[in-house]
Amino acid sequence: MTQVRLQVNGAVREAEAWPGESLLYFLRERLGLFGSKNACEQGECGSCSVFFDGELVCSCLVLAAAAEGAQIVTVEGLEDDPVAARVREAMVAAGGVQCGFCTPGFVVAMTGLLRGNRHPSDLETREALSGNLCRCTGYVRIFEAVRRAGDALE
Amino acid sequence: MPEGLRTRGGVGESIPRPDGPDKVSGRFSFGSDLTAPGMLFGKTLRSPHPHALIRSIDVEKATGMPGVKAVLTAADLPGERLYSLHKPPDQPVLAAAGDEVRYAGEPVAIVAAEHPEQARAALEAIAVEYEVLAPLLDPVDAIQRGSVLRELTIRSGDPDAVADVVVDGYYEVGQQDQAPLGPEAGLAIPTPHGGIDLWVATQALHVDLEQVEACLGMRPGAVRLHLGGVGGAFGAREDLSIQVHACLLALKARRPVKMWYGREESFTGHVHRHPAWMWYSTGADRDGRLVFVKATILLDGGAYASSSGAVVANAACFGAGPYRVPNAHVWSGAARTNTVPNGAMRGFGAVQSCFAYEGQMDLLAARLGLDPIELRLKNAIRPGDRLITGQALTGAAPMAKLIDLCQGLPEPPAPSDSLALPGGAGNVASAAEVVRGTGFAVGFKNIAYSEGSDDYATARVRLQRGPDGAAVVQVKTAASEVGQGLVTVCLQVARTELGVEAVEIERADTTVGDAGSSSASRQTWMTGGAVRDAARLVAAEVLKRAGPPAQALAGGHVLDEEGAALAPIELFLDEPIEREFEHHHRPTSGLDPAGQGDAHVSFMFVAHRATVDVDAEAGLARVAQVATAQDVGRAINPLQVHGQIEGGIAQGVGLATMEEIKLKDGLIRNASFTDYIIPTSLDMPEVAAVLVEEPEPEAPYGAKGVGEPPLISSPAAIVAAMRAATGRRLNRVPVSPEELAGLSECRPGWLVRPGQSPAEAVRPAPPL
Repeated sequence: MTQVRLQVNGAVREAEAWPGESLLYFLRERLGLFGSKNACEQGECGSCSVFFDGELVCSCLVLAAAAEGAQIVTVEGLEDDPVAARVREAMVAAGGVQCGFCTPGFVVAMTGLLRGNRHPSDLETREALSGNLCRCTGYVRIFEAVRRAGDALE
Repeated sequence: MPEGLRTRGGVGESIPRPDGPDKVSGRFSFGSDLTAPGMLFGKTLRSPHPHALIRSIDVEKATGMPGVKAVLTAADLPGERLYSLHKPPDQPVLAAAGDEVRYAGEPVAIVAAEHPEQARAALEAIAVEYEVLAPLLDPVDAIQRGSVLRELTIRSGDPDAVADVVVDGYYEVGQQDQAPLGPEAGLAIPTPHGGIDLWVATQALHVDLEQVEACLGMRPGAVRLHLGGVGGAFGAREDLSIQVHACLLALKARRPVKMWYGREESFTGHVHRHPAWMWYSTGADRDGRLVFVKATILLDGGAYASSSGAVVANAACFGAGPYRVPNAHVWSGAARTNTVPNGAMRGFGAVQSCFAYEGQMDLLAARLGLDPIELRLKNAIRPGDRLITGQALTGAAPMAKLIDLCQGLPEPPAPSDSLALPGGAGNVASAAEVVRGTGFAVGFKNIAYSEGSDDYATARVRLQRGPDGAAVVQVKTAASEVGQGLVTVCLQVARTELGVEAVEIERADTTVGDAGSSSASRQTWMTGGAVRDAARLVAAEVLKRAGPPAQALAGGHVLDEEGAALAPIELFLDEPIEREFEHHHRPTSGLDPAGQGDAHVSFMFVAHRATVDVDAEAGLARVAQVATAQDVGRAINPLQVHGQIEGGIAQGVGLATMEEIKLKDGLIRNASFTDYIIPTSLDMPEVAAVLVEEPEPEAPYGAKGVGEPPLISSPAAIVAAMRAATGRRLNRVPVSPEELAGLSECRPGWLVRPGQSPAEAVRPAPPL
């Protein structure tokens, strides 16, 4: 076991981790932050998306030990984020949520997209979200949620 | 009625789902998010061989390892050793020493430990001695050896009917994975009195409960199941996965045990869509009226029965398409082999045969020189017509209308950006090489359980004063919300019947009566119907308490027959009102030896038109648009219906273009989202959808199911478009780049006369 110390959602957090433990496991099982999901655990589905020092990453591909000293923001840490708030409202209103397993990862990725570009084109949206898999919605209403959230941010 | 007395958010409105805010914030708890003090992690040891005799299992070393609290094998099982959706059960809870394992991935031992890595290490320390046996992998071979899960023949009309024009075709459908994003997961917690509580992501709590009780050898009442948040299902959660194992480990360790499967394990931890091999012969007169359909539909059932029997029946019953077919001879069957069991997936047998009969319709249109849509219109089934099972269509069957509406939907513009070409971001295709093709297909399927099942759902509805004194409705069922939006439907139904907007949908568990499975597109009808009927009993009690001239409830008030408010509903709630109702659909019958019978309660119809851009040289395709008209009876929530349509089409795009479990020597070679690919946001076509609302007479609110039709004929339409663009046969889904480029072609490995059992199949002559 090694001790890992990092900032999560603005607070310093510290816990023991096994040498091979992923940041995703650490966030979920050590820190109790279950908003980041475990759908593929090999970086294909984006359900575990978090911001790592401001960069959108799959937390399943990051070793917990490699996050020592880093600033991590999970979906739980976006509660007061104005962009994420519009994203969440738009996802519910547009029907972008069904089972919801991919949803927290999408909310994180959509927040990242809209922070840089309030009005992405359809293809820019598709490209930006292509690292997040959804099995329920066919993405159509998630694209609509990006448009609505972008409009609401004006 | 004054505006203030309207009940907002009732049946027919596109209200947002009530669990949406928790799901977007990350607060919603899925099966894999559950946690309890002192919780252990459970893991499963699985057979690496598709077929082997277990000589011995030695767990001694594993038992003493750090953190390990329980190691169990078949020798420790306290109850029934077999389970299944099928009766009698045939699938071992754990394979026993001295017995065989029958597929690669079959559970052999289970372990619980303090950390998942300790559990994994313990699995590696379990010594299992196998005597490897030859696996039975070819389903024709299996049928010829009598290894059959179910076979069924449908005969109707004149077996010797002669047609002016006959087309023969051979078709294959690959093995599709449901790939719900949420893994199999659950948490078992022993109770102080020797019972157990299991929170689990499942499609059917009571169906699980019956099997879990039997396998634990526990008396009724000692086991309670609670719905853990479900991350999608699509059929993958009809069979047991972690349920019995987690309970066994928790009872042994006397501590809570959580189990979840990683993605690789999930591929062997649940059933898949049956791969199919289909031989068809379709005859018509010179005007294009169908004369006969003869078909052999062979499915690989895998090692255990699961729901193969019902899938076989569906593939056969709907195997001639939603057409007037006066003469039919269909053989449908599932072979028992040494592959991962196959069972339920969205579309459930209807998807496979649709790909074949719609391919046949296009062949027939080409042979007759008819427009494919005109041919479908000419033969479209109508109310009053009989299916090949002899059952008359008594409900809504707007097939011709669907075809008309679908073909009239606007077509998509040409790709405006290189990213929208086949090859997408890879930009492999040159715009000049891209050919656009359009294809059309129609399909249909049953709603709810068939063949004489007593299909019902239970709901308990309670009306009382809330903390602020205002009326509140609580709805309790055991029906699984799996993502489809059942919680929204139940909420809308309760509002409509009781005129109260404050509705709480309680967590589903087995403390209320059975609601059956969230499958067969049945819950809007069945559980929606149970909530409606229970709520009507509650409403009747309110009106009784209010007395004349009270007539109705709306906008929180009791109304008179003119619609004027008499009093707020809460005035009559000194005592809460609670009623329970069991909603049954009309009984169905079995199928007789000729495959005849009124086996189904109702049918859903659908039409799809696909527009696909193809770069045949590069073997690349991009589905630009899927247009669809769907028979929904009535849309309880149009927003959710469109969501079901778009999501189902996404899975249809996947089946047509990319999704297939690849087996080699009985082993799955692509058990990950890196190698089993599903459509991303870049692959998803535009969807143009129109809902046809012809109320179904027997269905609550006239609403049919909506989940499955989007996936029935969308793959067939997409492949028809690819054929139109390339001129190739493309008789197998998913269409591979090699087939699209003309570098390979799918040919039958066996010759079968359509309608005959593969027991009589012969190998084709080798190519010269």
